[in-house]
Amino acid sequence: MSPAPLLEFRDLTFERNDVPLFAGLCGAVHSGDILQILGANGAGKTTLLRVLSTALTPAAGSLSWRGAPLPRQRSRYLAELAFIGHTPGLKRALSPRENLRWLGGLFPLHRERMDAALALLGLAEWADIPCAQLSAGLLRRVALARLPLSGATLWILDEPLTAIDRDGTAQVEELLRRHQADGGAVVFSSHQALALPGVRQLTLAG
Amino acid sequence: METPELPGLAAGFGALLRRDLQLAWRQRGQAVNPLIFFVMVTALVPLAVGPEPALLTRLAPGMVWIMALLGTLLAADALFHEDFVDGALEHLVLSPQPLWLLVLAKVTAHWLVIGLPITLLSPLLGLMLALPDAGFMPLLVGLTLGTLVFSLLGAVGGALTVALGGRSVLLSLLVLPLYVPVLIFGTSAVTQAAAGGGIGGPLALLGAIAALALAVAPFAAAAALRTGIDG
Repeated sequence: MSPAPLLEFRDLTFERNDVPLFAGLCGAVHSGDILQILGANGAGKTTLLRVLSTALTPAAGSLSWRGAPLPRQRSRYLAELAFIGHTPGLKRALSPRENLRWLGGLFPLHRERMDAALALLGLAEWADIPCAQLSAGLLRRVALARLPLSGATLWILDEPLTAIDRDGTAQVEELLRRHQADGGAVVFSSHQALALPGVRQLTLAG
Repeated sequence: METPELPGLAAGFGALLRRDLQLAWRQRGQAVNPLIFFVMVTALVPLAVGPEPALLTRLAPGMVWIMALLGTLLAADALFHEDFVDGALEHLVLSPQPLWLLVLAKVTAHWLVIGLPITLLSPLLGLMLALPDAGFMPLLVGLTLGTLVFSLLGAVGGALTVALGGRSVLLSLLVLPLYVPVLIFGTSAVTQAAAGGGIGGPLALLGAIAALALAVAPFAAAAALRTGIDG
């Protein structure tokens, strides 16, 4: 028998103003999986990712983590989750380094590797400049700089490639490849195809 | 790949407190607004009602307390809303750290930036309003406890209204009735002391309210935030 999947969702239904956004979604994410969520604008990609992260509660359906129902072990799940939403959640008055520092108090991060992570995402020269002065693409890179520091098993990334240039896309692909090799799993939404082997896709009908 | 350790409770509290103090310092123009409001209104009172010491002495405790209340209330609005707008609130809610602890860190920062300076400024305003000497100690002690309660209850109101439009009106309506007992006990401590009476009773009640708010408000605000971002 194969081991229990990391994350499994069954019959997920989400309603907005009593109109179902998606219904009966099922799926599983195993160690080493990369799952891409596809769908037209407004199909519910962001909502699905937020439901998977437990920020939103589905109208019906269940989530389980490592084979056990999620609500009862939410804090264990959160300790192994890195969720990067489509608003990056960075403080504009603080520099990238200061932002990573406060995130390091909230999540398990290798804080001693911060310089390396900033350099990896091409942020070395921007590390101490207030985020208000950075471009959208650089801000996205700052948000993603959390990933190489994180010990999380599951990454849930909402549009990680928005505003990111071609070099940046290659860097993100490299991050995902390494995470995959380490036995981690990724669920992400993007309209772009990534040059990664074995990406599974889930399309939301809308 | 070795896993980094989950930061302890103290590290989580400290990181968020430090962040909010850093933000307040970077945006200090915004942070001193309630203080300027507090000083200006109190300075205008003697000009408007006339400078007779007897009248001002009668007004002083109430004026200083009302200004402290409104100053904190003005700032409570932004407590969680900024984090909601830039997405940082999602990090707070999805952190493995207990949410009540993070709420407490934010309330502490709010109190250090607003409540504590108002408390420290209050003797100066007492002086401008001819407050009798005996009134200063209860004013300081009362405001220390009172502004803490204002910050804690303001956090509950701010969390409940975090995702709504027209927040400040609703926030005031929600929170003001809860502020009233604090206002009554706070002013009566100062008035009684100025009249030469004992102050133990009202201050003890203020302390009890502060203890209750400290025990309940972080959990209530955390629950409100969870539902607030849901939808």
